[in-house]
Amino acid sequence: MADLLIETPEGLGCPSGRFVIDPLLPVERAVITHAHGDHARAGSNFYLCQTDCAPLLRRRLGADARIQTLAYGERLSIDGVTLSFHPAGHMLGSAQVRLEHGTSGVWVCSGDYKREPDPTCLPFETLRCDVFITEATYALPIFRWDDPAAVAGAILDWWTGNAGKASVLFCYALGKAQRLLAELLRKTDRACFIHGALEIPCEVYRAAGVKLLPTRLIGDEKRFAGELVLAPITARGSPWMKRFGDFETAFASGLLRVRGTRRRRGFDRGFVISDHADFQGVLRTIAETGCSRVLVAHGYRDALSRYLREERGLDARAVSLLREPDAEGD
Amino acid sequence: MRRFAALYEALDSTTSTNAKVAAMVAYFHAAAPADAAWALYFLSGRRLKRLITPRLLAVWAIEETGTPPWLFDESSGVVGDLAETVALLLDAVPRRAAELFSRPGRADGSLEPVMLPLESAGIPKTGAADLPLAGLIEGLLLPLRDADEAAKRAAVTGLWAALGVRETFLLNKLVTGELRVGVSDTLAVRALSIRAGLAPAVLSHRLMGTWTPGAALFEDLLRPGASETDHSQPYPFFLASPLQEAPDVLGDRALWLAEWKWDGIRAQLVRRQGTAWLWSRGEELITDRFPDLHDLARALPDGCVLDGEVLAFAHGAPLPFAVLQRRIGRQKLTPRILAEAPAAFMAYDLLEENGTDLRTLPLHERRARLKRLVSQAAQERLTLSAPVTAPSWEALAAERAHSRERAVEGLMLKKLDSAYLVGRKRGDWWKWKIDPYTIDAVLLYAQPGSGRRATLLSDLTFGLWDAGVLVPVAKAYSGLTDEEVDALDRWIRQHTVERFGPVRHVEPVHVFELHFEGIAESTRHKSGIAVRFPRIARWRIDKTPPEADTLAALRAMIRA
Repeated sequence: MADLLIETPEGLGCPSGRFVIDPLLPVERAVITHAHGDHARAGSNFYLCQTDCAPLLRRRLGADARIQTLAYGERLSIDGVTLSFHPAGHMLGSAQVRLEHGTSGVWVCSGDYKREPDPTCLPFETLRCDVFITEATYALPIFRWDDPAAVAGAILDWWTGNAGKASVLFCYALGKAQRLLAELLRKTDRACFIHGALEIPCEVYRAAGVKLLPTRLIGDEKRFAGELVLAPITARGSPWMKRFGDFETAFASGLLRVRGTRRRRGFDRGFVISDHADFQGVLRTIAETGCSRVLVAHGYRDALSRYLREERGLDARAVSLLREPDAEGD
Repeated sequence: MRRFAALYEALDSTTSTNAKVAAMVAYFHAAAPADAAWALYFLSGRRLKRLITPRLLAVWAIEETGTPPWLFDESSGVVGDLAETVALLLDAVPRRAAELFSRPGRADGSLEPVMLPLESAGIPKTGAADLPLAGLIEGLLLPLRDADEAAKRAAVTGLWAALGVRETFLLNKLVTGELRVGVSDTLAVRALSIRAGLAPAVLSHRLMGTWTPGAALFEDLLRPGASETDHSQPYPFFLASPLQEAPDVLGDRALWLAEWKWDGIRAQLVRRQGTAWLWSRGEELITDRFPDLHDLARALPDGCVLDGEVLAFAHGAPLPFAVLQRRIGRQKLTPRILAEAPAAFMAYDLLEENGTDLRTLPLHERRARLKRLVSQAAQERLTLSAPVTAPSWEALAAERAHSRERAVEGLMLKKLDSAYLVGRKRGDWWKWKIDPYTIDAVLLYAQPGSGRRATLLSDLTFGLWDAGVLVPVAKAYSGLTDEEVDALDRWIRQHTVERFGPVRHVEPVHVFELHFEGIAESTRHKSGIAVRFPRIARWRIDKTPPEADTLAALRAMIRA
């Protein structure tokens, strides 16, 4: 039984189907799990992605890119390999890639995923498979996420508590920002301001039918006391911040679970919320797939694969795919 | 406990002084006096004695959660702190002990908190997370001091099962004696003074020395104009600020008192009610450490307080700080040590005379009284810190150039009409220190720092060349910017040659300029040399290891 996916210099490649999942280098056929920059790179000839991912991928790749789409659950045969996308719960249009081919059995590549509820995308779908390729961004037992609704409540309290000041909340512009806006909408309908980098992602989400908190662009607005502003982390410390006068800052990220990181980053507040699975989420997912073999990519690969081997008796191995040090959209 | 945890988090998550003070004031208003007293105990930098080692806590948590020890270590490497790793782990992993009770799980898969037999500790059974801070410490933790390991474990794991992640973190810090709160004690005093409506100086005086937290203590602190009952208490120390520029900016030389900056232990000698107490600047009572000063203390008139420096002193001249340090390090003061490093008190200032607080008098008046008092006492081991009389700033600078030969750290400049203030107030008192020793050394080892830099490899060991080999000479962790620390941390992780527990041996590539204040022979150090207050001056990216200094060059500084 031949391996359906193998490590190649271009990334996780499928020799039978002659495509690469989230290629690191330009290839002929790229299968994209989701639209974050560390998964969706320009330069390949053909792209295949989930339907809701396409507008976001188009923004990244340009008008000329050749993108083919597939709805969740729809099957496509590529050189005899049956491929389908299934919700990964990471962000809008994020997909696990399910592959089936002859005697190789069923392979599922998770892409980035989480198990917590997220109003901006379909929940993670458990797939039975023989081989599961999982991410491990937060796969250490110290990582556990709180109920996102409670985190949204804490953000709202923080915003309301900063009455005389602007509340500047930093987060990833694509995915996390929209998730926060959708969560906040369940608690308030008060409009907030967004940085220009969030404008297009918000438009795409709304066009896909995702309901977000009403947003306003900064424009020439001068008064921000008592207002919430969502901005990408790159705006921090830039001259763009001057307009807010007196302000409080916060960052929303899974990284902030650790006190040292919270303190070193020096934000006034840290909200622990992540779009990657926590340790129990990863373990639960692997158990539910019923797989006997696990490949671990990204994050704490060595620790998770050793744990799965020694404690769960699985055939687990770390795969090294060259990646940028920080995963996006955490 | 929940309220204190919220205060801790508020203080921990902001760098704004105003926000910190506001959080403390709100806490002091809301908390019960007994809890507020304990909070103040920690806010003012005091700590409980260690009841349990962090490693033992880790072992319990590993067993409670069934976590493989190597995975715990992997996690603690990311967190950088054992007490926090334990708290996060307990929060994130279902516990074995908990499963034994087969309690119903919450919807999100976490477990319902368990109720403890707290009434046995005299604590009402209202849900442990709301345990009052004082009840927790006095009712549960302090009695553990003499308990065996099994009892300690039962108490701590019982609390773990009932507390949230933040409270568990604080509990772990409390029992390991490591709880540090990110405020200075002057800030805590400022908050308390706002709460009490009293001057900060009054409160910091009331808080000096050793005290036992309790409701009565906190209520006493807040009482307007309450009489001071503890006669042992020293006054809050007035601290000088470093003078960064030439002293010309201070104006007329004649308005200033110049004296040597002696290198010993800054201390106050309190003589009241027929007894004497010696307090270090760290508010530690050190009377018993210096039996050779007891006679001179008894010779002083009742109702006086002297500010000065404890020095090792022989044949009318001070000995290097290293001599005094050897004595401080000893558990037992043998006659031989007392003979090798006899102590003396070098008096700077007179804060109280005939039971009257003199601190608002001008310095020249206090000094006149001090001079009279010292000469009347006529004690060999009590001397007056003599003014350095050089008439101009230039002449003074020339004198300062000879500081090292005199075994002093430079000069102190005090305005002659200055009052004795509290804490570090700029303007009236300056320390004009000589330039530090400097050496270029190679980075050899790194390990995680503490506090804010707990996750970063920022505790560094440096070496110098000796016969073609790099010999470790100094550890330093301060002096780099956050960006440099981040960059160095990344580099170290990629260039680790060998690991010994938390310590990483790195490739000898980077050269740093180190500054330090003192240097002495040492039998306890591999290099045979101990340096004092080493810190990183800058990262010499322009230098390669062969250009670093030699041990011989460092050794030559001892004699210089």
